[in-house]
This record gives sequence, structure tokens and C-alpha cells, in this order.
Amino acid sequence: MKLFAIRGGIHPDYRKELSAERPIVALPMPGRLYLPLQQHAGAAALPLVEVGDLVKKGQILARPQGVISAPVHAPTSGRIVDIAEYSAPHPSGLSQPTIVLEPDGKDEWASLPAPLADPFAVPGKEISDRVGAAGIVGLGGAAFPSAVKLTLGTRNKLETLLLNGAECEPYLTCDDRVMREYADEVIDGARIMAHALGTPKIVVAIEQNKPAAVDKMTQAAKAFPNVEVVSVPVQYPMGSEKHLTQAITGLETPARKLTADIGVVVHNVATARAVHHAIRFGRPLLSRVIAVSGAGIAQPKNIDVPLGALVSEVVAFCGGLVGSPKRLVSGGPMMGQPLPSLDVPVVKGTSGILALTEAEVNERPSSPCIRCGTCVTICPCGLVPVEMASFIRKEKLEEAAKSGVMDCVSCGSCSYICPSHIPLVHYFNYAKGRLNALDREKRKNDQTKTLAEARNARLEKLAEAKRVAAAAAAARKAQSETPAEGKAST
Amino acid sequence: MILSTDKSGPFGHAPNSVQKTMTLVLVALLPATLFNIWLFGWPALFMFLFSIASCVGIEALCMWGQGKPIQPVIADGSAVLTGWLMAMSLPPWAPWWIPLIGAICAIWLAKHLYGGLGQNVFNPAMIARVALLVSFPVQMTLFVAPKPLFSDGAPGFAESLSIFFGLVDMDTLSSASAMGFIKTELSRGITVSASMAQTPNLMDTLFGFHPGSFGETSQVLVLAGGLFLLARRVISWHIPVAVLGTILVLGTLFNAINPDRFASGLFHLTAGASMLGAFFIATDYVTSPVSKQGQIVFGIGVGFLTWVIRTFAGYPEGMAFAVLLMNSVTPIIDSKIRPRTFGRTRKGEPLEMTRKP
Ligand code: SF4
Ligand code: SF4
Repeated sequence: MKLFAIRGGIHPDYRKELSAERPIVALPMPGRLYLPLQQHAGAAALPLVEVGDLVKKGQILARPQGVISAPVHAPTSGRIVDIAEYSAPHPSGLSQPTIVLEPDGKDEWASLPAPLADPFAVPGKEISDRVGAAGIVGLGGAAFPSAVKLTLGTRNKLETLLLNGAECEPYLTCDDRVMREYADEVIDGARIMAHALGTPKIVVAIEQNKPAAVDKMTQAAKAFPNVEVVSVPVQYPMGSEKHLTQAITGLETPARKLTADIGVVVHNVATARAVHHAIRFGRPLLSRVIAVSGAGIAQPKNIDVPLGALVSEVVAFCGGLVGSPKRLVSGGPMMGQPLPSLDVPVVKGTSGILALTEAEVNERPSSPCIRCGTCVTICPCGLVPVEMASFIRKEKLEEAAKSGVMDCVSCGSCSYICPSHIPLVHYFNYAKGRLNALDREKRKNDQTKTLAEARNARLEKLAEAKRVAAAAAAARKAQSETPAEGKAST
Repeated sequence: MILSTDKSGPFGHAPNSVQKTMTLVLVALLPATLFNIWLFGWPALFMFLFSIASCVGIEALCMWGQGKPIQPVIADGSAVLTGWLMAMSLPPWAPWWIPLIGAICAIWLAKHLYGGLGQNVFNPAMIARVALLVSFPVQMTLFVAPKPLFSDGAPGFAESLSIFFGLVDMDTLSSASAMGFIKTELSRGITVSASMAQTPNLMDTLFGFHPGSFGETSQVLVLAGGLFLLARRVISWHIPVAVLGTILVLGTLFNAINPDRFASGLFHLTAGASMLGAFFIATDYVTSPVSKQGQIVFGIGVGFLTWVIRTFAGYPEGMAFAVLLMNSVTPIIDSKIRPRTFGRTRKGEPLEMTRKP
């Protein structure tokens, strides 16, 4: 397949060898599971259980609220022991409403929805409904409810389901292992998703540094002429949706549009496998595969972790920490989040847990920008990070926005490469947050203004109607030649 | 274990730093420097070392004056580099006060008055060179013929010290650089083609056995350093190729039109500060554009102005002026010439939909 070049990018130290050859192992069921109500992008789920309830494996514990939301299920059978605020896997360290489940060790299944005998015979809507009910979200890290992304076919004419197996983040090996060990399940899930989306074509994109995964996936795809497995160059951030779409199709998604607008929908490989489980077996999303790695982890592993297991349990299962790691990260080192402590749960969007040593993070105090231009050369979005950062430092957010900060995908390449160690992405995330807040405020004001205007218009109309009526009444009175009484003007 | 969450990612960094970059540039300058120390002997070594010492000293004074810590700023190596580059552009036997005044211009005037590293608009070493050239035209064009260390006629250690302290009458020793020679001859009505015959042959020019500024005589060694920087990706090809390409094309073109008036492209390329300027001066990060597209425009500008000044203005060498002039338009280049944003047109509008939904 002909591939297309993407702009810029970097070649970080991948260090995937730490865990790439470790087959997926299951985490022994911990003593407690902490299930936050918000493990996805969108609105938090609403609890359906109470403290003291006995629940079965796969039973729904909290239902979605609104369109962009996802339910939470019981990863095993047991008793609900608490519903309260617990610290969430978020850098702020803030707590979040969480359902605490004490497993009973029986791992008894609830009655699950019947598997679809022939998923290709049902309408797409039924597939996406089931995927939504299974609580599946994008497992690549964004945790966007997958069902929403499966209904894109109703609004757009779609060409391609692009299955993202690039796994361009350093250290992470979970997608690599899933593709190597469960290639058939991934391909089956992808075919079901393609059916739901109505895309004739499926392309699986895998970075060239995962030859074993490419082999296995190619094998698994052989039987299906509409599925193509492509190895793409190793170039961070190849796994960025819009960039991967460009690399595969040559099409550039216009600013502020979705890839779906140009006919491509991107889903992660692990998500496809979760869809396979939901449709073929009626199983909701109860666990996920994560990579636990970094020089600060005694034995790096790929682990199938029940959702809600504490990071501390996961780390202990890997032989604990060695030395005193400098940073604990959820996700990959480039775009992952720093974790405030080990006492936070693994959630649907956790693709990895990294304990990184001082040498690995290589942090230094930042020094003045020497205008070397490297950040400009490598920015995959064609931005000028040095300029945006200097605007933001002076709180000139308007200028920063004009300079394109909202087009930044926060890939971190510029920060990674800056010889002055300037935390560029940190600035951009700050500016994006501020600009979004300003925008929301403005929209609210606009809305208030529109509402007020509408109300005024209504009142005006009412007054006008009354005036007309009064005039008519006065005219009638004049006609009947009774003396005008002047009170008709109310 | 203390976990810090004070900063968003990435949690990793390329193994580069400002020091490493500066060190690589210094390494790249080393061959030409060592060769010229040998070629011009003790006085040149004194001038070279004093040049660096002055720049570092002035930098320390500036930081001290602002009440800022001195050590980290000195450690970034930029003052050493400025001093080094300034020395390369001075006459090899310049007396001590030339580099000292140069250092004041470069570090205090051109750098710290603008706000320090990264803030300066003009290339500090070139500010020094031009300020000195304008103020001390005689001393700045007193070049000496090569007198390699330990060779017959080379000044000994003690005599060299006298030269360095300006106690020796330089007029008796001086010798013109090739470019200065052509210029003077032209002003006496001798055609360029006639005077070209008397300039050092191409081999000597290339390898450096001729009078000239301390660091600029050996084009081959300077070029080697430049190629090293390219290979180590400290610089990219855009500026050097644009500078040298423009000089070569203009030189060749006009030489073809009138060889009696215009020196050849090859002469321009191998004479004076062409190589040093293209690879080490014009590529200065702080004062050149940040985008590759901008760098090409900048490089063409430097090449064009260099050739124009060399050919039509009163000064034999135009590189320093050309670089400074282009430095002044760098902010404009940066704001006008920039990469195209993903998903947008050059004007910044979202791309047209390639396919209707
Ligand atoms: S990479 Fe860093 S030092 Fe270089 S221009 Fe960008 S911000 Fe400045
Ligand atoms: S973080 Fe933003 S500005 Fe920096 S390289 Fe990535 S897209 Fe460009």
C-alpha cells in the first residue's frame, strides 16, 4: 500500500524492549476494586446500586447520563462496600465519586445479553447500542465512548475504518501484545465495527517496530479481502488520529473537523477486541490490558487488570518499585498523566503505568530559548511553538490563539526536543484550558444575551399586538359613535 | 517516594542541551583554529585566548551587574562561542585592546542590553567586528603573511608578547588580504582579472596559506567544520546552501558579463569570510529565522548583500554587514514566513473539504 509522508515528528528512545516480550498475564483479583463513575470522556455515570448490595460479575453498577457517557459494570462478583469520594487517577489528586466493590472470590457471572448470532445481519444501530451498553470506550487512552464513534456512519459517508495499532508512545506494549496474542479477536471486532459504520474497507496500521504484531495480524486478516494490514514508519506521533489518517489515505483533515468528515473513522485495536467480546459473548468491558514498565519497575509486564484495581496492587504484582522513581505516569511518557500516588485505580483509559527514574525523565531546569528552531521543524501540526510559548508567557492568549495554539495536539514532541528544556506543552495546555474557559464564558454570555433579546422581542410583539387591538377597539368605538374613553390603551 | 505532578508531560527528553550544542560548534571550529594558531604563531594564540577571556569576563560582569547568578550563564558556553567567533574574524596579530573593545560591543552592547541570551537581535560577534572595523579601519585591515610557529622569521614568545601588547610597528609586517588587494587595485584602475593573477593560487586559498583574518583563511578546514555541524544536525543545510549558492551564482553571472570588473564566483566562494559566515555566523540560532523556509530567504539575503557590499561598497568584506542587515529583518521573516498549519491553508483558513460528507 502506498503510504503518505507526515510532517515533522521525533524518534524518542522507545524502550519497548523492557516489556515487549512479556506475554499478557492476569492480575490476581485484588481485595477491593475502586470504580470511579467517570472513567470516560463526557458525563459521569449515575450509580444504580447501594452500599451493601451483592452484585454479580458483569452486572451494571452505574448507568450513563446523556449521549456522551458510559456505564460502569462489576468486574467480578462481590459486595458494594462504599460509594464515596476516592482519589482519582488524575494529576490534580482530586477525588471523584467511586463505587467500591469487595470481591467475594466466586467470580459469578450475572446473566448477560445474548450474543448476536450473526452481527452482520443486524442494523448498525444495534451494534453501537450494544457497544454503548457494554461500557466500551476508546482504549488507546482518550476514553471517548466508542458507541458514539460507531454512529458516525449515519451522518457521513464513510470509506475506511482505520484500526490504530501504531502504539507510537515509548514504553507502551499493551496493543502490541493484544495484536500478537488475540489477532483473531481484534480482526473480528474490527469487522463488526466496520459493519456498524458501513465502511467497506478496514486498514490496520502498525508501526514497523512491531514486526511480530504485523505478522500475526496479517495472518488473521488473510481470510478477509477488505481488511489490509499496513506497517507504517516509526515516527512519533504516528498514532495521532489525523496524522495516521493522512499517512494512510493522504487526506488532510481540515482544521476543526473530524476524520469522519473525510470518510475515515479511527479506533484502537484493543477497543476492537472489546467490541468482539461485547457482541460475540455479551460481555461488558470489565478489564483491560496495560503495560507496566520503566526502569523504576522491578519486573515490567503486560497485565490484564480488572478495572478498579489499585496501581499499588499492579506495581506489587510486578515486583514493586526499584530505587525511588522520579515520576509515576499513567499512559505513555509523551502524553500520559503524572499520577499523584499509587493509591489510585486503573481505569478504562489507563494504557500503561510507568515508573520512570531520574535518568529516564532527564528533567532539567529550563534555560532561555536559543531560537534554535527545532521545535518548528518537528511540530507535526506545522505550528511555531517558540512563538506561541512567548505569547503565552506574556499572557497574550489572543495572539497565541491566532498563532494556532488550539490546533496543537499536545503531542509533546516540541518539549521533548527543546535543548533549553522549556516545558512548551505545559504552556500550551495552560493556554488551551484558559481559552476554552473564556470561550465557554463568552458563549454563556451570548446565550444570555440571545435569551434576553428573545424575551424583549416577545414582549415587544405582545405590546404591539395590544396596541393593534386597542387601535382596532378604538376604531370600532369611533364607528359606533360612542365617545372615546381613553382607557383602551392598556 | 515523592511523586511530583507539577508539570505535564512529556516525561522524557532527548539527550540534548544548549551546552552540548555549543560544545559541538566549538569542536567544529577547532581544526581551523588550531591550523591558524600554527599559521600565525604566538601573537595569534594570545589574541585568540584573550578574545574568549574578554567575552567570558564581560558576560560575568554583566550578570554580576544585574545581580544574577553567574555560573549557569557562563556554563552554557555561548560567551565562549561569541569570543571564539569574534577572534576568528579579527586580524591574527591584533593588539589586546581590539578584542577587549570587541568583547564589550559583543557581550554588553549587542547581547545584554537586549536582554541576554536568546533576546539579542544582532549577531554579537558581527556587531563587534563591524564596530571595530568602522572605528579602527587601519588596525582591522592589518593582515600579516603566514609565519608558521617555529618557522624562520616567526616571532618568538617574547616578541609575540610585544606584538600582542601593541608595541611593534605593524606597518612593516602588514600584507593585504586577497579581497582587500583586489579592491585597492581596482581603485587604482587595475582590472580585477589582472589583479586576480597576483592573488594566492586556489590551492593556497583553499588550504589557508595566505593573509587574512585569524579564522577565515583555511576554507577547507572551515568547510570541514561546517559539514561536521551538518552531520551532527546542529545546523541544517538551508542557510549555508542559500548563502553560498547565492554568492556563487551572482559571482559567476557577473564575472561572465564583465571579468575585468567582477571577481569570479569561485573566488568569492573561497575568499574571506564566505565559508565561516555561511556555516558559523549566518547560522547563529538566536539571530536567524526559526523556520526552514525563513532560513532560505535569510540565506539568500545574506549571500546577495555580501556580494553587493564586496563588489560595490567601500569595504572589501561584506559578510558581517550582510549578516547584521538580515538579522534586522529576521523578526519580519519569522512573522511572515512560517510553516503551513495542519488542516489549514497558508492563510490560516481551515482547508476546503476534499470530500463532501
Ligand atoms: S526548541 Fe526550544 S530553544 Fe529551540 S526554538 Fe524551540 S523553544 Fe526555543
Ligand atoms: S505539542 Fe503541539 S506545538 Fe508541540 S509539537 Fe506537538 S502539536 Fe506541535
